[in-house]
Amino acid sequence: MPASSGSIEATELAKHFGSVAAVDGINFSIRPGEFFSLLGENGAGKSTTQYMLTTLLRPSAGSARVNGHNVAEAPLAVRNSIGLVFQETTLDRDLTVAENLSFTCTLYGMGPRQSRERVEEILGVLEMTDRRDQLVRRLSGGLRRRLDIARGLMHRAQVLFLDEPTTGLDPHARASIWAFIDSLRKTQGITIFLTTHYLEEAERSDRVGILDRGKLVALDTPAHLKRAVKGDVVHVRTLDDEAAKVKITVQLGVPVERADAGLFVTAESADTLVPELFRILGGQIIAVNMHRPSLNDVFLSLTGKRLAAE
Amino acid sequence: MSFATNARAARSIATRELRRFFRQKSRVWSTFARPLFWLFVVGPGFGRFLARTDGPSYQQFLFPGVLGIVVLFGSILSALSTVSDRELGSVRAMLIAPIPRSTIVLGKVMGGAALASLQGLTVLLLAPLLSIPLSTAQVFSIIGCLLLTSITICSLGMMLAARIDSLENFSAIMNFVIFPMFFLSGGLYPVKLLPEPLRLLVAINPLTYGIDLFKHVLLNAAEFPFAVDIGVLLVVSLIAATGATLLFDKESKLMRTAKVR
Repeated sequence: MPASSGSIEATELAKHFGSVAAVDGINFSIRPGEFFSLLGENGAGKSTTQYMLTTLLRPSAGSARVNGHNVAEAPLAVRNSIGLVFQETTLDRDLTVAENLSFTCTLYGMGPRQSRERVEEILGVLEMTDRRDQLVRRLSGGLRRRLDIARGLMHRAQVLFLDEPTTGLDPHARASIWAFIDSLRKTQGITIFLTTHYLEEAERSDRVGILDRGKLVALDTPAHLKRAVKGDVVHVRTLDDEAAKVKITVQLGVPVERADAGLFVTAESADTLVPELFRILGGQIIAVNMHRPSLNDVFLSLTGKRLAAE
Repeated sequence: MSFATNARAARSIATRELRRFFRQKSRVWSTFARPLFWLFVVGPGFGRFLARTDGPSYQQFLFPGVLGIVVLFGSILSALSTVSDRELGSVRAMLIAPIPRSTIVLGKVMGGAALASLQGLTVLLLAPLLSIPLSTAQVFSIIGCLLLTSITICSLGMMLAARIDSLENFSAIMNFVIFPMFFLSGGLYPVKLLPEPLRLLVAINPLTYGIDLFKHVLLNAAEFPFAVDIGVLLVVSLIAATGATLLFDKESKLMRTAKVR
């Protein structure tokens, strides 16, 4: 395998739809074996970025390399070396588990014998050998997702792109999908590029990129990102958030962000901040809650928005 | 990827088309109901009305046209399944595989054409009921004609599938593509009886030449020379298949249905 195998590089990568810059010149470099998450709201440009990296959209400007292959110049080589799991399933509901898997093998150029062996191997990994002849329409949502992910790896891809892979699954199925992905990472050492708006999924990754309106506003490990938000975060809900925000800014001089859920005040220590808040806001306060900075606080401080809680 | 791997990929796309068809029972039944309706409800009705003394009966005249409608529906529906599968399903799996778009188009056309020809062959079993005698040679000729016609219609269908975003407007496709192609094909009435402007429309409809081929083989009473039928179908299918590949290659057509976030 070449040294660039498993790596992803983007240089000033951009995509315009008409006059709108969906992705506005982003740069990053992902190491082989790394687990990278791209975090952002709907419309931030996550999927557009992913579609460019997987050759489904052509960049308007800049360039990208996946596994050392240029996405614009060698799309077939890129597609041959990656797996892509869409948010929506790409399985054929009217075919069986084994038929779906072997169809994928043929699309990736495997001969009949090789694909038979690979199908059995993957069925073993999935622990679905006894379901090989079951129609996909009869599988549960969680099992279908596992099959979708396994299908992305049939051809021993070095990079696996996951587009919000657990959307629409119940918490139990979600946990089992993540256990499955973790085991794949351990045994196969593949690079994972995840787009998500679930914070606790991004929390698992080696590094997180935060995308806001087409721009990459942060890129670091979850721990570093959280450390950048200094001190504690106090979440206050008041009768009039706008007025309270002004008071806090003017009288206490500490950073305040306003979101739908209330005000998020950052200070060195919550212990001293809370009495101060009561002093200046008094009866205006409905609720107070304090916590160590989370990725959501990082996200808020960078984009001015909070990601929806689950 | 070598020629052999591409051929194998195209073949498995085609096989998948057939497998899926036979697992969708309602689709299978409606496919067989349609020709029966035309042959044994519409045919006898108009047959009485148009009672003829010489040449084939109206039911016999209608038979090649019914083969045509079976091929038309089979081919177009199979090609249009690309649209829904692109939104949700297997076409996406093909689009991210390391195969050129031409292989996808080829596989879909082969699968759709095999399916439509198979449907046509089952209709052929009804020929003796209408006193249309069939020799072995005729059966083989019909198989060839069915394949050529359905390859042509499938390729045109793939061009259409590459152009449209969703099947929400399926009724528009019915009204502006499928019905005109059928009613202006010489399948229901002889082309020479039509007024001049309509005759022109019939002449630019590729299905006309497919149905005319069936007339050559089954009734020995066709309207265009055999070679013209074959030539038109070959040329149209080549142009349409190339066109479909080019249209699929445009990214906008390819991922337009994917939600760009």
